[in-house]
Amino acid sequence: MARVLINLPTRARRGEIIEIKTLIAHPMETGYRLDSTGNAIARDIINRFVCNYNGEEVFRAELFPAIAANPFIAFWTIAVGSGELAFSWTDDHGQTQSEIRQITVE
Amino acid sequence: MKGLVLLMLVVAAMTTARAQTAPTERRSGYDFASPETRAMQDDDTANPGMLWVLQGETLWATKAGTADRSCADCHGDARTSMKGVAARYPAFDIALGHPIDLEQRINQCRAERQRAEPLAWESVDLLSLTAFVAHQSRGESIAAHTDSQLRPFSTLGKELFHRREGQLDLSCSQCHDDNWGKRLGGSVIPQGHPTGYPLYRLEWQSLGSLQRRLRNCVIGVRAEPYEYGAPENVALELYLMERARGMVIETPAVRP
Amino acid sequence: MVNAISALIGEGALQRGKVRLELPPIVENGNAVSLTVSVESPMTESNHVESIHIFNQKNPQPYVAAFNLGPRVGKASVSIRIRLADSQQVVAIARLNDGSYWSDSVDVIVTLAACTEQ
Repeated sequence: MARVLINLPTRARRGEIIEIKTLIAHPMETGYRLDSTGNAIARDIINRFVCNYNGEEVFRAELFPAIAANPFIAFWTIAVGSGELAFSWTDDHGQTQSEIRQITVE
Repeated sequence: MKGLVLLMLVVAAMTTARAQTAPTERRSGYDFASPETRAMQDDDTANPGMLWVLQGETLWATKAGTADRSCADCHGDARTSMKGVAARYPAFDIALGHPIDLEQRINQCRAERQRAEPLAWESVDLLSLTAFVAHQSRGESIAAHTDSQLRPFSTLGKELFHRREGQLDLSCSQCHDDNWGKRLGGSVIPQGHPTGYPLYRLEWQSLGSLQRRLRNCVIGVRAEPYEYGAPENVALELYLMERARGMVIETPAVRP
Repeated sequence: MVNAISALIGEGALQRGKVRLELPPIVENGNAVSLTVSVESPMTESNHVESIHIFNQKNPQPYVAAFNLGPRVGKASVSIRIRLADSQQVVAIARLNDGSYWSDSVDVIVTLAACTEQ
């Protein structure tokens, strides 16, 4: 389980547009680096990031090797109601890591 | 006669080159970084170094070794027990008879108190624990040395800092005392204060220790770097901390 | 990069405007460059940004990232950190729900670290 930092308000007014910042620990190996013997180190990156708000997808990102290590993604969403924000990161091996945060919207 | 005058001029030039940065002029590497790099450091939710601090917080509470103890079992809440610790490391270890740095102190606790395997230099776990501990001193001023037993070691560190070495025949002092603020290639030369270690270096794409940075510098002048944990590295760390006394700790810093 | 952009927009016209790509003009280290892309849009059901695509000129691949937005986003703005292998141009293209494409580009100078491990 990679370390994750997610920043979003725990409370918001209905209709408020809130900023969500996410950071996940991952080397994002490009596939272009060479090891000490001159062989290419295999590509191994997080290639997809999805945010679901109470089950509905509100943001999606497709990532390529040009994304810096320890990917940082900040985006916005409308606080439509109280509930759960689910974040998932999927890597080249098809493994997904998910994190859930609660939000109260009044 | 001409040869003797030339020799005297060269000797004079070499001795006057032993400059030091005046205390009023001292600035952190933060001041030399670009606004974008500084912004990365300033926001705890966007600072990649915080990922290691977060891991360190988890490790702090994790039992380890045959003694089945966590750091928290002895040291409690790190926010109180570790506050100010990084500001006075490297510290003299009476049993060993020489100073040790924070990484070595953590490994010493692991071996002696937790009866666990020491963590490898630059491993995620050692970096995380060191970052977590040092982070508890963020905002604290680096302490001046009061322990006279440290004197011979910081003198060695000072000597190493001023010694010209490598194929480029440069000393640390020539760049970081005499030419800070100027550019080397496309990069601005900082003063070389260890205020933010362990730090996230964009070049490494990872958090790294002060010893890793010192080794980079030595390789940079095309000299053979000292091994991790070598007394020369610890002496240099000690001298650098003394040189930076009074400056504020920023761990985890972000640097290019 | 040009081919990758053509593949995206097909027969459509690429118009400059509405999109604002923010990147530092000079970068201290190409390993982590802060990028923010925003699009002027009310982000309503009838008028919103569907997707934003980022391309680069000189990395081994032209693709950097692609984002799917929609009215739930509220504000069409995304910030990421990217890698730039060399001084080059970066292009951001937004596709609106009416099928139109809008773009902005920035030229970035990339400097390298002086003391490395190699």
